[in-house]
Amino acid sequence: MTISKSLKAAGIAVFAAMLGAAGAVAQDKTKVGFVYVGPIGDHGWTYQHHKGLEAVEAEFGDKVETTYVENVSEGPDAERVIQQLAQQGNDIIFTTSFGFMNPTIKVAKRFPDVKFEHATGFKKADNVSIYNTRFYQGRYIVGQIAGKMTKTNTIGYIASFPIPEVVMGINATYLGAKSVNPDIKIKVIWVSTWFDPGKEADAAKALVDQGSDILMQHTDSPAAIQLAEQEGIYAIGQASDMKTFGPNAQLTSLIDDWAPYYVERVKAVIDGTWETSDIWGGLANGMLKMAPYSDKLPEDVIALAKEMEEKIKSGEFHPFTGPLNKQDGTQFLADGEVISDEVLLGMNFYVEGIEGSLPK
Amino acid sequence: MDLIVNIVLGIIVAATPLVFASIGELVVEKSGVLNLGVEGMMIIGAIAGFAGTIETGSFMVGILAAIIAGAAVALLFAVLTQTLLANQVATGLALTLFGLGLAALIGQSYSGKSAPDFPKLNIPGLTDLPIIGPLIFGQDGLVYLSFALVAGVAWVLTRTRTGLIIRAIGENHDAAHAIGYPVVAYRYATLLFGGACAGLGGAYLSIVQTPLWVENMTAGRGWIALALVVFAAWRPWRSLLGAYLFGGITIIQLHSQALGLQVEPQILAMLPYLATIIVLVLISYDKAKARLNAPANLGKTFFAST
Repeated sequence: MTISKSLKAAGIAVFAAMLGAAGAVAQDKTKVGFVYVGPIGDHGWTYQHHKGLEAVEAEFGDKVETTYVENVSEGPDAERVIQQLAQQGNDIIFTTSFGFMNPTIKVAKRFPDVKFEHATGFKKADNVSIYNTRFYQGRYIVGQIAGKMTKTNTIGYIASFPIPEVVMGINATYLGAKSVNPDIKIKVIWVSTWFDPGKEADAAKALVDQGSDILMQHTDSPAAIQLAEQEGIYAIGQASDMKTFGPNAQLTSLIDDWAPYYVERVKAVIDGTWETSDIWGGLANGMLKMAPYSDKLPEDVIALAKEMEEKIKSGEFHPFTGPLNKQDGTQFLADGEVISDEVLLGMNFYVEGIEGSLPK
Repeated sequence: MDLIVNIVLGIIVAATPLVFASIGELVVEKSGVLNLGVEGMMIIGAIAGFAGTIETGSFMVGILAAIIAGAAVALLFAVLTQTLLANQVATGLALTLFGLGLAALIGQSYSGKSAPDFPKLNIPGLTDLPIIGPLIFGQDGLVYLSFALVAGVAWVLTRTRTGLIIRAIGENHDAAHAIGYPVVAYRYATLLFGGACAGLGGAYLSIVQTPLWVENMTAGRGWIALALVVFAAWRPWRSLLGAYLFGGITIIQLHSQALGLQVEPQILAMLPYLATIIVLVLISYDKAKARLNAPANLGKTFFAST
């Protein structure tokens, strides 16, 4: 009797200890949520964000618990997903597409204790930080490469939506190309989607049919680079190294490296030092990297690109430096004037020289 | 001139997956079953076709794998709705979600790979002819197959006894059953055919149009195929026309942008859908006629009580 009683007591004690331990673990773990606009397997934008999630897991191991939701469409659905992640007790939630901006702000109001981080947007709140990368820096460089490498003097550009992020990319590419090739033309096709490999390939084909011999894109799948490989022309990768899809076609690629940022921010939550911030990284802090330059590029073009990388990194050169005119001929930057981030973030016009009209 | 030929070539590539998927679904709906899982069957076909091609290096194997995989998913639908009498709408929607998820799972080890170029017909002398050469004698085999399939379906549905029975079952399964036709068996057959066609359509995307695998690569084409069946008023040649119209407007709007036409791309992107809605309104304007078009027992569960 006494034995069984003491066993029982011991059992209860062990059980209680386990409960306590489990409780402690649950409290210790920092929960991190991610919302992705595309599938992880897109080999582009979302793929790179997911690499960031993996870096967080590798860095903190058992101390964090990560959750992600992929293929979340921009709009009302996003709000539901973000809300759900907040309700599940995530301490910090990264929403990784421009279109998640308003849903993030909305949900953040309802969950003041949860920390939110929104990529590529411009609306902040007490518990909403924003972070972005100056992709235009890389686009200026690939513009220069394209300007040097094109034989038809025509760049084909597949664009998603006419938001400042995309528009400044087109402008930067054009300015880079123009700086080395005064006859350059840029043809832009808006596909009104971030991710539809079939449509991206169709658009790429249309651009090639109309004389483009270098393709670049601001959409998320590797379809365009693959088409370039088939057609035997050059292309620039987007968001991640897409060399496997176009070993001969890819000249270089803009690589988004979110991992260090995600690790830093999650660490801040763990340490209790998280504060609202507004980070706009780029080549200088490593959030943007250039993929290894292809051996198809002549030495002098590689040298030019590397030199430009250094100049932008050091701040010696800014792709948007006056004198620059808008498409309609009105000046928006005086001679020597460097664009302000505010103007850049609201950029809704083509620079002078680009043909075609920008959709509203 | 070259540009126009190129545009037409682009239209053919954009339309062919839709032709396959919609002609399959058309036969299914003619037999009175509404399978909303076209998107799911397409994406399974896409990954099966791609995986088959990569693993064996043979396009034939890839295409066969896509056909079998599409039919296998359709079989699941058939068992659930025809034998277990589950609700067709709910099952179809579930099938789409299931297909997308399963394809993503299978596809994990295939993302990042490229399939080789799909061969195109090349008849010396004929393919080199200007304009008609590349258009008529320079397509890939699947394009010819898609036309043959539409012709075959049109013939079977209107000129053969089998077609008559399929239509009879679609119009009134109780009457067809009373006469002694095996309603469920026929519906199994049409569903398998529809699944095989959808799988083929998906494989066209992943092997020919963009020879790679990425999740969600069908990007809603299954739903468009479903709309095309209604658009076509359940007539085979009209579904082909619809697919080409849809593909055509898509490609022409892309080209018009590159040509620098001053039209808002959002409006252009909307056009194919707008055209579909207008046609839908036109064909359903006359109620009596609309009733003639749609199979009367579409989507209704059949249960043989005796």
